[in-house]
Parts: sequence; C-alpha cells; structure tokens
Amino acid sequence: MATFEPTLLARIGKPDSQSLETYRKDGGYEGFKKALGMAPVDVINLVKDSGLRGRGGAGFPTGLKWTFLPKDHQGPIYLAINGDESEPATFNNRILMEMDPHQVLEGIAISCHAIRSNKAYIYLRYEYGRSYRALKKAIEECYAAGLFGKNIHGTGFDLDVVLHRGAAAYICGEETGLIESLEGKRAWPRIKPPFPAIEGLFRKPTIVNNIETMACVKQILDRGAEWFKSMGVPPDPNNPRDAGSYGPKLYCISGHINKPGCYELPMGVTSRQLIEEQGGGVWKGRKVKAVVPGGISMGFMTADELDLPLDFNGPGKAGCLGLGTAAVTVIDDQTSMVDVLFNCARFFAHESCGQCTPCREGTAWMHKILTRIRMGEGQIRDLDLLTEVASSMGIIPGTTICGLSDGAAWPIKNAIKKFRGEFEDYINSGLKTVKSAEALMAVH
Amino acid sequence: MGVLSEELRNQIRALFPNYPNKRAVVLPALHLVQDAERHVSIEAVREIAELLELRPAEVHDTMTFYQFFKDEKHKLGKHRVWVCRSISCMLRGGEELLQHMCEKLHVHPGETSADGKVTMEFAECLGACDGAPCILVDDEAHMNITPEKADELLKSL
Ligand SMILES: Cc1cc2nc3c(=O)[nH]c(=O)nc-3n(C[C@H](O)[C@H](O)[C@H](O)COP(=O)(O)O)c2cc1C
Ligand code: SF4
Repeated sequence: MATFEPTLLARIGKPDSQSLETYRKDGGYEGFKKALGMAPVDVINLVKDSGLRGRGGAGFPTGLKWTFLPKDHQGPIYLAINGDESEPATFNNRILMEMDPHQVLEGIAISCHAIRSNKAYIYLRYEYGRSYRALKKAIEECYAAGLFGKNIHGTGFDLDVVLHRGAAAYICGEETGLIESLEGKRAWPRIKPPFPAIEGLFRKPTIVNNIETMACVKQILDRGAEWFKSMGVPPDPNNPRDAGSYGPKLYCISGHINKPGCYELPMGVTSRQLIEEQGGGVWKGRKVKAVVPGGISMGFMTADELDLPLDFNGPGKAGCLGLGTAAVTVIDDQTSMVDVLFNCARFFAHESCGQCTPCREGTAWMHKILTRIRMGEGQIRDLDLLTEVASSMGIIPGTTICGLSDGAAWPIKNAIKKFRGEFEDYINSGLKTVKSAEALMAVH
Repeated sequence: MGVLSEELRNQIRALFPNYPNKRAVVLPALHLVQDAERHVSIEAVREIAELLELRPAEVHDTMTFYQFFKDEKHKLGKHRVWVCRSISCMLRGGEELLQHMCEKLHVHPGETSADGKVTMEFAECLGACDGAPCILVDDEAHMNITPEKADELLKSL
C-alpha cells in the first residue's frame, strides 16, 4: 500500500494536541471562519459534493440528511452529536474526542452554521471520562476565545454547545433513543417517521450526527470536496443503492491482533491489509478464523473473505449487514465461534430496551439457546431454532422500532450459515466451554 | 431541608439554562446526586422531581431504566470498577480478569467489597478495545490489564 498521510489523526500524538493554542497553530478554526463567510446552503452543498456518508454505522449521506430539515423554519433547530459509541469493538470516536477535541468541535460549529442551528448537544457516553474532560475544557476555551457564544466574529451567528453525559446504555446511541435520553426519559427509540429532521429533540427539527462525521466536515471545509472525493471507492454499478464510499476512514482493529489500534486509511482497504500491514498480523503466529467488519451487529467474514474491500458496499457482499463502524475485530483459529456468538447474543439480550416484543423476547431466547449449547446440552435442531428466531425479529417486516433487533439477529443468522459445521461439531461432541466467570455474571 | 444539600440543589439549578425545559436535567441531576451520595434514594428522587417540576414517578422511571443509577439497597462503594466483558476484551481474557478481581474482593459483580471501597461491576464494551482487556475505575480507563496489574490497582484505591 502506498504511504498515506493521515488527516483526521494528523494531530494525534502531538504534544498538547488537545489545547486550543496548538490547534490554532495548526490552522484550527480557519475552516469555521471560512464557513461563516459562506451561505449555509453553500456549506451543505460542499458537504454533499464531497460524498461524505455518516460514520455512525448507517452510512447515510450527510449533506442529504441536512437538506431534510424544513425550509424557513423559525427555529430552534438542534444538532445532536452522537458520542455514545457503544457498539462493541468501536473506539474511533473516543480517540478523536480525547486527543483532538477541537477538531470535533470545529466540525460541530461548521455543521451548526450549515443547518442554521444555534445549539448543539454532545451526547457522550458516561464511560468516556477522558473524553468528557477534554471536551469540557475545549468548550470552555472556545467560549473564552469568542469562538462560541453570541455574535461570533461579528457575523451575527450565535452558538451554544452543551456537553451531556449518558448513563451506560447502548440504546442511547440509536438516534431517537439518544433524543429521548437527552430529554430526560428512558432511552426508548421512537417510531419513525417523523424523522428527527422534522421532529426531533424537544420536538424541534434535529440533525443527529456522529463524532467522526464532524471531524470529516471540518476537513472538507479545509481541503475541499474534491480532496475528499479523490479517496475511496465510487458506487458499485451492480448495486443501485450504493452511494459510493469516499474519504478517509478510521478503522479500529482489536481482538487477536499484534498491534491493536485506530488507523486512518482511505475507504476501501481490505481486512487483509489492515491485519497484515497495520495490525502486525494475528497474535501468537496464529491464523484468522473470522473477522467482524464493524461492530458485532454486522456479522462475520471468514478467512476466505479477507480481500473484500471494507467500504460501505463491501461487507454486504460477504453476507454482512454492512460496514457498520469499521471496527475490525480479529478472531483467531483457536477460538470457538460458539463462544464468540454467545458473547454477541448476551450483549444484545442485555442491551435491548425491551419496547418491542420480537426484540425483547428474541434476544433473550437466542441468549438462552446459546447458553444451553455451551452447557453441553445443545441439540442440532437448536441451530435451526436460532435461525428461525433470528429471522423473525427484523425491522424489515416492521415489527420492531429500531435497528438493534436487526443487529442482534444478523450475527446469529450469518454465523450459523458460515460456521454451521463448527456448531454441529460442538454440539455432537458434548463440549462445554462455559467459563466460571459466567456463573458470577449470571446474577445480573 | 431535605436530603439534597443546598449546594447540590444549586448545582442542579445551574444546569437549567442549558435546556429548553427542566426535564432534560434529569440525567445530569441523577449524576450529581449519585456522585455525591453514592446512590439515589427515593427521597432524593422526590426532591429532584420537585426541583425539576416533575412527578417523582417520572424521575424514578428514567432512573430505573439506566442500571447505572443505584437505589438505597445497592449503594456504591467509594470507587466503581468495571471490567469489560465485550468481544475484544473477552478474546483477550476479560472474563478471566473479572473472575480474578471478584475473587480478590470476595464479591459478585454488582456487589461492594466489605470495606466499602470498591463496587465491582462488569461492563458491556468500554470502548477501549485497543487496550484489551481493559477496566474502568470510576470513569478512567486502564488498559492491558493483567491480574497482577489489577491487584496493584485495587491496592492503590
Ligand atoms: C442500536 C443502535 C446503536 C447505535 N449506536 C450508535 C453510536 O453509538 N454512535 C453513532 O454515531 N451512531 C450510532 N447508531 C447510528 C445512529 O442511529 C445514527 O444513524 C447516527 O448517529 C447518525 O450519524 P451519522 O449520519 O453521522 O452517521 C446506532 C444505531 C443503532 C440502531
Ligand atoms: S428494536 Fe429492540 S432496542 Fe429497538 S426499540 Fe425495539 S426493543 Fe428497543
């Protein structure tokens, strides 16, 4: 791979990378100034032209989402920034917030101007204490420097940014769950439509965007739409729904890898490149059994599928739900897929908000069946039962409110299809891999 | 004078201007109370509700949705230690680490050590997978934790 100069991560690792002073020395807030000199609609068009798609998991085109706001709305319009980042194996937002909070804040300021919002809320998961302190300090610096507040740079533009902490629940990352939680209620996702752009936070038009998306917006203002679009992968002609995957992307690699970490590369690198060139290979000299392309909701890619590009379109070709958060988890050949799948099922059973019956019952049921299998009491027909339960809980038939249910079902369907032999062997051998730690955790 | 100190009340009131209504202050208020008292009692729920002009049931409903907030029966110790059990940590020994730490403190997850110092919990992904297995002490992540490092950490609390 040709050497690639990081932009989103360019300042990570520099001394004092969190401070406004060093950020400004690196050209910080010039993009915001530039945006303020532009009409909001021109900023939206610039982001549209760049081809930027949201980095929070769904990959919706950012500029297009912004245009869904009602025209000539009297306000307020809100920007809600999704810093909940609770999809297992995902930590790219954390790196940005902890190490370069001003890059994120500048993206937020630019986006607020573009969507004519004077108030942004950053919904930050509670566990990210370091991010909290870095962002809090950076926000204070911005107010003191007149970058936030009233009549910024004499342009008449006002902006308030509020940092709001969550309380350790995955469902707060779902955009309408986030809105409910921010409003002081249980994080129960709302039925859509109405979409947040029409009726969101405090029943006002709201845009929900991810942290990395904000960093991309900042870079697009600095470097232009062409620069962003020069990287990545154009739309797949065989997939009419693919809008292309442009720009740099933060890939998180974790699991059985020698050098876990967050790496910035153009959209469209392959798992093999990530594992071999960035991650230093599989640990203990072992081989890859499976790779999760982007958070456990997405399902698994096998060792034979490592050369598929990790763009928005790629993992789908391997029967995955999508790219998700591009958090690549490497699973070595000595690991039982039964154990891995159990771990995924347990997560979703714990995190379902309980509002929809197929999700609440389905996640609990799949967790129970996988527990049974791992106790050495599984039967072959349990595999079909798992697939059947998983198939009945999607958002496609419209029986559930949000995407968690789909995300819980997908890895089950996908793993049993791809690794059925291994599941059968496990059941037939009467193997039992339950760890004693799990008995402890069963009290919850 | 109720269970919430005047100082806590003022801290909660200071958040009002951040939001168009007081209900949005429920989570920040619960955080402030739990940080100070190590739990949120029913009396505190009533007083938060009064401050925010809500029904106690509305505050209680929100609070109980988030297992993060603890009632009188589950008062937190001085520190809260979370061990991540999610996929990346699990692949690198997170569950064994949880077992080790629970044994060390003679507790089950969710319980507090006899000296009241540490409440042991498991976490779904902590978002520190680059340092798996990782643990969170209050809200500070500690990465690449071995049983030995865990023992040292516990001792330092
Ligand atoms: C169960 C669930 C959890 C989610 N968690 C997150 C999250 O932690 N962070 C995030 O940015 N998006 C998350 N999303 C996606 C958001 O709903 C939303 O699409 C995203 O924040 C929009 O931002 P973007 O357009 O900039 O990607 C989640 C979605 C679902 C269904
Ligand atoms: S699909 Fe699951 S998580 Fe989403 S709203 Fe329904 S019950 Fe809650």
